[in-house]
Amino acid sequence: MSATPVLAAEGIGKRFGGFTALDDVNVAFERGRLTAIIGPNGAGKSTFFSLLSGAVAPTEGHIHFEGVDVAGEPQHRFARMGIARSYQITNLFPQLSVHENVRLACQAMHAPARRSLWRDRTRYTGLADEADAALAQVGLASRRKRLAASLAHGEQRALEIAVALASRPKLLLLDEPTAGMSPEETKEMMALIGRLAAERTVLLVEHKMKMVMGLADRIVVLHQGKLLASGTPDEIRADAAVRRVYLGEGRSGRG
Amino acid sequence: MIRDIAPVQIAPTRIDWPMLAQRWRVPLLAVGLAALPWIVPSQALAVNILIFGLYATGFNLLFGFTGMLSFGHAAFFGAGAYGTGIALARFGIGWFGAIGTGIAVASALALLIGALSIRSRGIYFSMVTLALAQLIYYIALQATGWTGGENGLRGLTVLTLHIGPLTLNFLDPTVKYYVILAFVVAALWAVSRLLNAPFGAAIEAIRENEGRAAACGYDVKRIKLVAFVLSGSICGLAGALNALHLSIVPIDSLSYQTSGLAVIMVLLGGAGTFFGPFIGAAIFLLIEDVFSLWTVHWQLFAGMVFILAVLFLPHGVWGTLVSWRKGREP
Repeated sequence: MSATPVLAAEGIGKRFGGFTALDDVNVAFERGRLTAIIGPNGAGKSTFFSLLSGAVAPTEGHIHFEGVDVAGEPQHRFARMGIARSYQITNLFPQLSVHENVRLACQAMHAPARRSLWRDRTRYTGLADEADAALAQVGLASRRKRLAASLAHGEQRALEIAVALASRPKLLLLDEPTAGMSPEETKEMMALIGRLAAERTVLLVEHKMKMVMGLADRIVVLHQGKLLASGTPDEIRADAAVRRVYLGEGRSGRG
Repeated sequence: MIRDIAPVQIAPTRIDWPMLAQRWRVPLLAVGLAALPWIVPSQALAVNILIFGLYATGFNLLFGFTGMLSFGHAAFFGAGAYGTGIALARFGIGWFGAIGTGIAVASALALLIGALSIRSRGIYFSMVTLALAQLIYYIALQATGWTGGENGLRGLTVLTLHIGPLTLNFLDPTVKYYVILAFVVAALWAVSRLLNAPFGAAIEAIRENEGRAAACGYDVKRIKLVAFVLSGSICGLAGALNALHLSIVPIDSLSYQTSGLAVIMVLLGGAGTFFGPFIGAAIFLLIEDVFSLWTVHWQLFAGMVFILAVLFLPHGVWGTLVSWRKGREP
């Protein structure tokens, strides 16, 4: 518990009109840890992720990233500070090449390239190399020239991760990276996430309970927009409230 | 400026046609346009293809590459034309300065209309641009002292061009054509550089997926505004050249039909392609040229061709060729 938090949510909440999607959540995420966020459908996991990645501004509370309050900043600022995310529903640049998808993410983090209106983009050779490195990490090096739209589902999921990785984030948010994957692909993806988590702080939303229990350092449970519990996998397994609302609901897990 | 030091990767066995076309697209188009007066039936048609091809290119930067459908680009074409015309007729500024004035006026207007319209997206964006362009049209129609109102702006005939020691007779159609071509090629070179630069990659990212572009770290609103202004300034140059060409600025330069013209030409030729706008402009203006000899209802034929193109060539004439090639790649 002595590690300093990279990201801390302090009393954050989100209301959409009269509906409260997330209410007064307090969690701190420690550097270098893999934290899984679980909860039944409608628990507010996706809203929570949208707030942490800056896609949506919270209606209450603060988000401290490396000690700076970033709540309400535009999303591109979150990305430039080092928070990258992948999406539950594949969210790529479909008509661009696999390599260009990743290179765009590298370019966005490189201030001189990002601002350039005039210099040929191929002259920033470092960006192309970075993109290739990220593709190699997720096993897509051989697909670099294909259009993103033409990839198989599992490959698109991997490309999602590569795009998020390409910005060399301090904090990587993965929203159900194994959604719709075959058991074989799921296994590979989980192994990849394990390798990624060895080098950086990772937040993971995942439905596949068994996988999460074996992989995560810590687990945060959301229920009906509120924080239900947080702790190590063993603590969560033993938590009576969690067992009641989530684990008991479907013994084998969802998805 | 252009030094080919960067290593270019070309497969030794196969010629990379898309790559070659990309590198040589400006010289290729310049040569094609230089030969145009001998290809199409009349020189007047060739000049129109030049000017409206450039206009469509400016529009394509926003629509085809950034993914923003403006129905108000006549405002920038007209602003460029009136800016140039008023500088010439009312202030006696030289032709070169007048073109600069036209571009500056169009860019300033694009900054204003862009800042107001990029707050909305999709069809709402289109409607805001249409409404603001109509506003500009009616202002120009009422401000007869400046614009000549319904009769158009007159008295801006440029007889000769002085370029250094050179004196060119601008009334000579051939001279006029190649002077205009020089401006068009310079603008195309600038557009090509923009598209090859990281900026070109960023606007394509916004077209493909705005949300993801923001999540990657792109300031989407700012990039959209820059694209809007650049698009407006290129359309402004096209308007300025049209004013010089016609020696009059008709009020129609600002009408919504002129806005629609850009949409039709780009869709015909192929949105998001470099050559598409000129091909679309050439097809549309050829139809007008040929069918208006037979009937005053030539737009009926233009409309039919447009409908057929949208139904059977949804990527436009050039766009379909490009995607056909892409589809054959391994």
